[in-house]
Amino acid sequence: MAIRSPEDIVHMRREVREQAIRQGFSLVDQTKVVTAASELARNIINYGGGGEMILQALAEGVRKGLKLAFVDQGPGIPDIELALKDGYTTGGGMGLGLGGAKRLSSEFHIESRVGAGTRVTITRWK
Amino acid sequence: MDRIPILKMGQFLLVTIQVDMHDQLAITLQDDLTNRIAKERSRGVLLDISALDVVDSFIGRMIANISSMARVLDAQTVVVGMQPAVAITLVELGLPLEGVHTALNVEKGMVLLRRQLAAGAS
Repeated sequence: MAIRSPEDIVHMRREVREQAIRQGFSLVDQTKVVTAASELARNIINYGGGGEMILQALAEGVRKGLKLAFVDQGPGIPDIELALKDGYTTGGGMGLGLGGAKRLSSEFHIESRVGAGTRVTITRWK
Repeated sequence: MDRIPILKMGQFLLVTIQVDMHDQLAITLQDDLTNRIAKERSRGVLLDISALDVVDSFIGRMIANISSMARVLDAQTVVVGMQPAVAITLVELGLPLEGVHTALNVEKGMVLLRRQLAAGAS
């Protein structure tokens, strides 16, 4: 789904919440994955010039999860390690988005190329 | 335009956030609330977030900002009704809302505000 405006973040949160419920997530796990998604979607709008979120429901045997990819074709992140540091921001926010999303996820992956864009993938297992 | 209502309760203001916050709504609320504090000479703000099932760093920052702005206008803010799952998530996110007073519900928040006012007056 497209992430272009703050209203899109509201819709996306609702969609992620519904999928998390469908996967049988506890209330705390639902809240964590929705919050992480909210942070990453906001990054796409504030820094990536808009982009999209791709949602995938996972099932490995009895283990269920959600995989969310946040993709933009923005300016990219020159120093990922620095961007993951709490309190570091180039946009006037609190600098908690990336690091916070990582802490709220079971798995976290980020790829970025300067001038080409950024892709952040998070997985939360039930 | 969407607006979050601000109710006057004696010397306090009650703000109940029931809708999913987005940027413009948060900014409007900050403007409205600071104006009301000045106009009503309110000494306290109760910010009821019991209907919010997600508080991300954007909304967390709004809560911290409201609390700071109110303090500069000589009013105390108490955030009431945070859902337990939201509390767990906020701390893990890295946003423990230090310096922001909290209470479990509006009633307890009101008691806290009264006590703070009494302590400040003596």
